[in-house]
Amino acid sequence: MSVLEMRRVSRTYGLGAAEVHALQNIDLAVDAGAMVAVMGPSGSGKSTLLTIAGSLEEPSSGEVLVCGEELTGLSRNAKARLRRRSIGYVFQDFNLLPGLTAAENVALPLELDGVSARKARVAGLNALEELGLAERAASFPDQLSGGERQRVAIARAVVGERQLLLADEPSGALDSVNGEGVMRLIHAACKRGVAAVVVTHDAQLASWADRVVFLRDGRVTDQTLPVPGPESLLTRGPGQ
Amino acid sequence: MSVRHALLALLSEGPKYGLQLREEFEARTGEVWPLNVGQVYTTLQRLERDGLVESDGDGQDGPQKDFRITATGTQELTAWLRTPPDMSSPPRDELVMKILVALRVPGTDVREVIQVHRRYLVQLMQQWTRIKDTEAESDMSLALVVDAELFRLDAVVRWLDAADGRIKRTATDPMATATATTTTTGTTQAVPGLRRRIGARK
Repeated sequence: MSVLEMRRVSRTYGLGAAEVHALQNIDLAVDAGAMVAVMGPSGSGKSTLLTIAGSLEEPSSGEVLVCGEELTGLSRNAKARLRRRSIGYVFQDFNLLPGLTAAENVALPLELDGVSARKARVAGLNALEELGLAERAASFPDQLSGGERQRVAIARAVVGERQLLLADEPSGALDSVNGEGVMRLIHAACKRGVAAVVVTHDAQLASWADRVVFLRDGRVTDQTLPVPGPESLLTRGPGQ
Repeated sequence: MSVRHALLALLSEGPKYGLQLREEFEARTGEVWPLNVGQVYTTLQRLERDGLVESDGDGQDGPQKDFRITATGTQELTAWLRTPPDMSSPPRDELVMKILVALRVPGTDVREVIQVHRRYLVQLMQQWTRIKDTEAESDMSLALVVDAELFRLDAVVRWLDAADGRIKRTATDPMATATATTTTTGTTQAVPGLRRRIGARK
């Protein structure tokens, strides 16, 4: 079953002559364990697609299903609960709360969801440990490097039983080594069964995905074919 | 790729024989540059003729014949490492040509042509990234080769993105072309020659 399914989703802003079609008839399904990258230039609708997939914004028409639940039919509270329990977000600028330590930042969504402080803390520490950040658990965001902050943000996005990870330009201003580290973590989360959607204009990040969907002027114009094995590259050698 | 200098580099670590050189060359380049053994021996003969390597004095050819780098060979290697390859003239890039040609073929959606190439390149990048993910973590040479390929392909994708944006902008804002033309004609004398070399026309 698809963890995320978007059916003929459109989003229009403004009215009359000022009408802008940010998204038009988007169909997108992402299964458990799969990573889909959405590539497109600025203004192509990438971020709108992600906020609608994450129930942070309503589509003008069409349906969005997360873990089989149709979002438009849900009450505000039910949507908020779904966001806390099932969806993790990673943004370009990390969005960590500066007054909380790394461990507290990671544990926060669980606590908000009613998990006891102690259990949330243990789960937060485990998530940090998996990402190689155990020794930074007590540090505040301003004491962490950019790469570490983004790893904390990923730990927060996958803590608990999240099934859908939504990432908007997750490597942001990080250098290529740290950017690769971020993609490795998202990839690892997918191997554990999480479904991920990464929107980016960066082909190197997108190339970590199982499938790359190309967006232009609010429409899906194309997508990659299934990735063949590496044999064809290794036996041929470059430049031949 | 200079096989000659790659062999000198391997010999700078100590004496080696032909087959060993071939194996080490392939291992060091992440096995993506296959090299046949005949090529190794021909190159070694030339290096010996030029006084850059020397072999066992017994005059016997064979797979176990040891080769050593000479002092001249070491100098040559050191100088080569620090000599930048010629990247000053734009290569005749087939993809650039296709996009330039597409602009002139009536009824062609150039942005669709761009997307065909973009998809192909991203698919190639996905393959290289799989290799990086599964095999390159413990093999630094392979990781470096894969990075080089990814950055090279990425640069082409970025060029396609820029071309796509430029074509879109020109279609919606004719002033963009007018400004571009004025700027180009106002630049130095080198431009017409460069224009000819890369096959671009106004």
